[in-house]
Amino acid sequence: MVSLLVDFRTRLEAFELDVRFETGSGITALFGPSGAGKSLTLRHVAGLERADEGRIVLGERVLSDSGADLHLPPSRRRIGLVFQEYALFPHLSVGSNIAYGLHRRRRRDRRRRVEELLTTIGLTGYGDRSPGSLSGGERQRVALARALAPEPELLLLDEPFAALDFRVRRELRSSLRALHLRTGVPLVLVTHSVADVRELSDSLVLMDRGRVVASGATSDLLDDRESPAAYLFQSEELG
Amino acid sequence: MDLHPLALSFRVATWATVLSLTVGLPVAWVLARRSVPGRDFWTVLILLPMVLPPTVLGYYLLLLIGREGPVGGWAEAVGLGRLVFTPTAAVIAAFVASVPFLIRAAQAGFEQVDRTYEEAARTLGRSEAAIALTVTVPLAWRAILAGVALTFARAIGEFGATVMVAGNIPGETRTGSIAIYDAVQAGRMDEANLLALLLTLTTAGALLVLTRIGRSPGW
Repeated sequence: MVSLLVDFRTRLEAFELDVRFETGSGITALFGPSGAGKSLTLRHVAGLERADEGRIVLGERVLSDSGADLHLPPSRRRIGLVFQEYALFPHLSVGSNIAYGLHRRRRRDRRRRVEELLTTIGLTGYGDRSPGSLSGGERQRVALARALAPEPELLLLDEPFAALDFRVRRELRSSLRALHLRTGVPLVLVTHSVADVRELSDSLVLMDRGRVVASGATSDLLDDRESPAAYLFQSEELG
Repeated sequence: MDLHPLALSFRVATWATVLSLTVGLPVAWVLARRSVPGRDFWTVLILLPMVLPPTVLGYYLLLLIGREGPVGGWAEAVGLGRLVFTPTAAVIAAFVASVPFLIRAAQAGFEQVDRTYEEAARTLGRSEAAIALTVTVPLAWRAILAGVALTFARAIGEFGATVMVAGNIPGETRTGSIAIYDAVQAGRMDEANLLALLLTLTTAGALLVLTRIGRSPGW
């Protein structure tokens, strides 16, 4: 069972990011108010940022360890990342976007994998379209397919539904869950939506001002009215 | 009338532009995307050919590629032959004078490419070189094309440095702009007129084509 261990500290201008949590193979939500350091934590896991100190371990693989002066570049981490604005390459077709991380495969395998993923995300026949011609929800699904194409061991999603309207959100939440069940890839997603946490996540990491305030099974943290989760949810809903 | 100078000008400018792309794009990428020690020094060095009097540029080039110069001496030693007063020297002069235009334009273009695209490519397992070629360069193509237009135009117009290192050998190193100067000096105004007109029209035509491509629907 793949589990992710995150334990690092990085000095920033505004505060120190001091993160420590461990998750299993389910869906983990990184929840907290804006500016809590959630996205930055994700970038550390992906290898796009380098921690001042600490280690990040995925299953058996050490991804970074300041003690051993080890920092695997993002290209060698086998971790997919879906960016908040999706970052689909505007000059490439939908199919070429999805195929971008499949450069090591033969042409025929590559094509088959792209077709398979297009079917999975319900966009069969969209391969030649330009990303600019897609709706927000479609773009998000293409970004998901692109990140999943090289079969990553972990998939990170930065505010996956932030740019979408309410109805599309609900629909995509359930398709994301279905995708997770189908592929078995563990997911870590950053969100500040209570609904995302409730409906999607198995475990929860609560962050505030660069620190992990609480972590554990989502159900446990939500049920406990005294927990920091309950407090944060309340303030989030009021705000 | 002898049209060789015009043909030579286009040949020289084309080679100078190709050379500028080959050398200039990587340099522009490094300046836009990497922290370079002594960045200001390199920036000034790259910009200098844009502002130096062409004769000064030609003089330095002569020191460099002349028969006694380090590059010129080396070229002869390895069997490439003499550089000065050859069409090759004209290409080198045009290249040095025009490459700053390409570097400036491409660097500005690269800096405008949202880094998130490059980060996305990194998480998809691609190497930095592959990312530069498949993401950064294609996304900056308009800026690069504008740079190519300026570079080509500057190379076509090159006069001072060229005359110093390549000379004015009819049928060999006499480019369009030098031929015009030569014709005026000798009082052959009809020839100067025609050459000037042709050079203006063909250069304007080339720029028009590049501008049209640059305006084609993109992303």
